Amino acid sequence: MKETSAASKTPIPVRIQKIRRDTTKVRLIVFGILAGMLIVCSIFSKYLCPYDPYLQDLSIAKAPPGPGHLFGTDRYGRDMLSRVIIGSRTSIFSTLLLVAIITVTGTAIGVICGWHGKKLDTVLMRISDIFLAFPGLVFALAVAGVLGGGLHNAIIALAAISWPKYARIARSQTLAQKETVYLQAAVLSGSSTVKIIFRHLIPNIIGPILVTSMLDIGTMMMELAGLSFLGLGAKPPMAEWGSMMSDSRSMMATLPWITFAPGFAIFLSVMIFNLLGDTIRDYADPRMRGR
Amino acid sequence: MEPVLRVEQLTKIYRKGSFGKTHSEVTAVRDLSFCLMRGECLGLIGESGSGKSTAAKLITLLTDATEGRILLDGEDITGWRGKKLRQAYRKMQMVFQSPADSFDPRRTLGDGIGESLLNSGTRRAQAKEEIKKLLVMCGLSEEFAEKYPHEVSGGQCQRAAIARAIAIRPEVLICDEATSALDVTVQKEIIALLNRLRWEQGANLSILFICHDIALVQQFCDRVIVMYHGQIVEQGTPDEVIRDPKDEYTQRLINSIL
Repeated sequence: MKETSAASKTPIPVRIQKIRRDTTKVRLIVFGILAGMLIVCSIFSKYLCPYDPYLQDLSIAKAPPGPGHLFGTDRYGRDMLSRVIIGSRTSIFSTLLLVAIITVTGTAIGVICGWHGKKLDTVLMRISDIFLAFPGLVFALAVAGVLGGGLHNAIIALAAISWPKYARIARSQTLAQKETVYLQAAVLSGSSTVKIIFRHLIPNIIGPILVTSMLDIGTMMMELAGLSFLGLGAKPPMAEWGSMMSDSRSMMATLPWITFAPGFAIFLSVMIFNLLGDTIRDYADPRMRGR
Repeated sequence: MEPVLRVEQLTKIYRKGSFGKTHSEVTAVRDLSFCLMRGECLGLIGESGSGKSTAAKLITLLTDATEGRILLDGEDITGWRGKKLRQAYRKMQMVFQSPADSFDPRRTLGDGIGESLLNSGTRRAQAKEEIKKLLVMCGLSEEFAEKYPHEVSGGQCQRAAIARAIAIRPEVLICDEATSALDVTVQKEIIALLNRLRWEQGANLSILFICHDIALVQQFCDRVIVMYHGQIVEQGTPDEVIRDPKDEYTQRLINSIL
């Protein structure tokens, strides 16, 4: 009698654990596909537009959303849906590029500082302090101002002010991991420093860095939009979500759909990338699996 | 018998200070000299803070010594770096105190055990077979190769750590408190495993057994060194040291357990 009750009790927690373990994978697949769709959309945006996003037709200007124009038209009669789709290329691509640049450079500098230590660490970290001490967007404005407007320069300007955050995280993580026993064990196993850094150190510190960079996608999208709004990023008539939103600011009360369309696009893509970031962190850590 | 590992006047001083000035000094190890003979098991005992673990780190060159020489197989390995040092590690391996921390949490135990094999030029497929053999040799089943460190118990993890340490057939095995983090019954099993390895390998395996448990050292070691405040205060066979301790600290140490 006792045995049967014990047997009927045990399978339950095991099953719960299995279902939960699967959700991480399912979440990863779902968000991965969604993010992939966004990126694919932005690559093929040219062929997905129902209308020419730059064609002005004043006869249909300020049309509300309807069967002909799903998201309505703006004050020049340009189709909002087409503009949002074509804008995804500028917004998503430049943001992803920017985040990739700052993540890679920041992490590399942080790992080198943390691992090597000594004078190199002091010098590089003081440089990063200088960048951190500046008000970010003002510095970006100065850089973009010196280099001239344009999306490329806006990306360079934002990259210049954003890498220190990653260098800081990577450095502190490296210092924390450096003294761990398993890294010493890897040294004793005869692995070279490069191998230890790439096989043991980086996989163990990349979690928080990845999450930060995924969360930064949203911030960077907004900052690029901000620079575009000030005329230092994407220039009109180039479609870019941030500048489209800024343009339509004054007409929010009368033509709300002009703000709504790019706003919703930003909201959706930022949310998808954030959720993907969280899921990647969960999945990358074997200790979190099955919890 | 010839010595396989020889340590001469090893000294480690930790200095604290800034701008080239020294504000305070801590001498962790002072003038440590001893020989580890081929096939011998040498015990190194002492209380916490007596410099045992520092000695282990110095010998494995994980920390640089302030002074002194380390001779492995007749070669002076002091200050070796890079490729040469990696060569030296083929002859010398270590088992760490905390079993769970000594494996990369993101890699399987099999990966950890195979790392030294792959680094010494074994092919992947061959290494896989070898890992299985090693696991079985250390009293684990083959499936443990696929497990992560957080999925196994401390004792199982320490067995895997021993498997990793002996994977490339080192001549010298340093056990730094290899049994201290485990409970008594598991401790006994690990000692039995080490004993079996010694018996199987004969003169090919010499063990430096660092421990604070004098009873354990008595059962397991051929010779024992007692350290106190970073210095050797007494050495001899375990029976000699326990029956007739000459140093005052050793007497206290023995009185504390008997």
